[in-house]
Amino acid sequence: MILPYFIAIPLLSAFLIALIAGRRDSWAILLSNVAATSLLILSVYVLAARHGETLIYEMGGWMPPLGIVLVQDALTGLMLVLVSLISLLSLIFSVSYIRHLDRSWRYYALFMLLITGMNGVIITGDLFNLFVFMEIALFSAFALVAYGGRAEEYEAAFKYAVMGALSSAIILIGIAVLYSATSTLTMAGIAEVLPEKDPKIMYWVGGLFLAGFGLKAAVIPFHAWLPDAHSSAPAPISAMLSGVLIKVPGIYVLMRVFMNVFGAPDLFMQTFLVLGTVSILIGVFLAVGQWDMKRLLAYHSISQIGYILLGMGLATPLGILGAVFHLFNHAVFKSLLFYNAGAVEVALGTRDLKRMGNLTRILPVTSLTSMVASLSISGIPPFNGFFSKLILIIAAIQAGRPGLALAAAVGSLLTLASFMKLQKYGFRGEREVKTVKATIGWGMKTAMIVLAVCCLLSSFLVMPGIREICLDPVVSVLLDPSRYIQMVMGR
Amino acid sequence: MNDPKHGMTLIVKTVTRITVWLIILYGIYLILHGHLTPGGGFGGGVIIALAFLNVLLAYGRSFTKNWLNLKFMEDIEAASATLFLFMGILGIALGGRFLTNFLGPGKPFTLFSAGHIPILNILIGVKVGMCLFLVVWVLAALRTGEGGEE
Repeated sequence: MILPYFIAIPLLSAFLIALIAGRRDSWAILLSNVAATSLLILSVYVLAARHGETLIYEMGGWMPPLGIVLVQDALTGLMLVLVSLISLLSLIFSVSYIRHLDRSWRYYALFMLLITGMNGVIITGDLFNLFVFMEIALFSAFALVAYGGRAEEYEAAFKYAVMGALSSAIILIGIAVLYSATSTLTMAGIAEVLPEKDPKIMYWVGGLFLAGFGLKAAVIPFHAWLPDAHSSAPAPISAMLSGVLIKVPGIYVLMRVFMNVFGAPDLFMQTFLVLGTVSILIGVFLAVGQWDMKRLLAYHSISQIGYILLGMGLATPLGILGAVFHLFNHAVFKSLLFYNAGAVEVALGTRDLKRMGNLTRILPVTSLTSMVASLSISGIPPFNGFFSKLILIIAAIQAGRPGLALAAAVGSLLTLASFMKLQKYGFRGEREVKTVKATIGWGMKTAMIVLAVCCLLSSFLVMPGIREICLDPVVSVLLDPSRYIQMVMGR
Repeated sequence: MNDPKHGMTLIVKTVTRITVWLIILYGIYLILHGHLTPGGGFGGGVIIALAFLNVLLAYGRSFTKNWLNLKFMEDIEAASATLFLFMGILGIALGGRFLTNFLGPGKPFTLFSAGHIPILNILIGVKVGMCLFLVVWVLAALRTGEGGEE
């Protein structure tokens, strides 16, 4: 049984780094990279060897209503692979990047705690346990956003901390109401008894969870913290925040709670559709006008989260397939874009698009990979973004909602426009840039190239044959809450 | 030690000197009796941290820095967390599940009972005691502008 190791390995490496690292960062780099690599191997093994199967692990040998269970099903498996992939590449990127700031081990210890929190949120089957792991992830994220130590970073981290604490309080109230109504904290147990209770409880708790987890996912109107936090953090942390942290305590928990625990109530699905569409359009409108490269990318995170919510809200098999697939794709290309922004910042010392120019000569890897990522996020075939957006638009039309499909297409066009702006001014401008302040390390180049290849390769996730292993089981887990209950409680 | 330029008045310093060991003792009592009476690792750890904070408030920063070995405190804080994880992994090795109580329950209501729970309480107490003190230490350093890198 390997489930607890997804939490134990990063936690152990975080404490070991604090214990043995000394003043230098070489031990910290070694330990954190070994831990992240082993997590990636474990998660890929679990996904490949046990596809579709649900694994249950009782912590300390205590059975579900009393103890905490860890649950591994198809959705968990996919999310674990995603978190492990992005965190390993971000660590490799950090090796060169963070040394421009300092050479302390603290960054790596906090980074491993961030992974611990996210893996815990994904793998736990207990609602309060989920809350605790979410706090671990968020608190390390607050510290990492402020890692650079400049005034704007402290401001962004403080804003993030206030909004995060507010949303955590809302979530805690929701958990308390749910616990008093159902007398259990196991998610499957709640799902089992909730249909017998007054539906008002579900609407009340659902509203609280929508606000709380919606704030973590930065859905409009809960998005105010995101542009500051994502643009001020060090680039690998921006990639982690935008790639996985808004998805794990945000989208993943919304999926798990509203689909598996509440059984996809119609009211909330309609709300998701509205919030998703609003996020797509307003997010992209806010992004087009930005001249700070990372801020532009941050607003696009809001817009892309809107696509995922749109697919979830449709609640058809194709819509959920599109949502899960877009979730994976967004993590890949958005992390790559943030790496690009970090590389440019290291090389030129600026994030202002007006002060960049023709970088194709001096930064060939960065400008090439940024082109790949821009095409992916704008939905140009054969890159991954095209397929997931296409699935979402087809799903909207099939569900009899052509207006939503139109909104998604318009959002995609505006995304293309803003990334044409990014390429035109940032990487292929007229002003010739000749000198760089610092060279880009091998770690940064490796991370960017691997993710650019992933942008192409993850298109294959929808191909017949691979789709049956990766995406279809996820859809069936989300659409059939009774199976989730039976798997966890049925012994 | 009784430098009047740092810390509070002589009355406070004297009272602190007498009570600090009593407070620590009470914290240790709460930790060790965690499995029998209300209390446990977290509560006892907080009380131990408060004992150190009393010294910090009464005697001032420079005295406390000499009195305590802060690097050592940092190390045992990380070590206790690591040991807690090892107890969990030992549970896999000996009991089949993470954090299984692999020691028998023992005779109820005696000091040496409840299997591994007293051990975990001690580890949590050390972790919380050191951690809370160091958090306040670093935050207080930010206020006075000394920098938290001690």
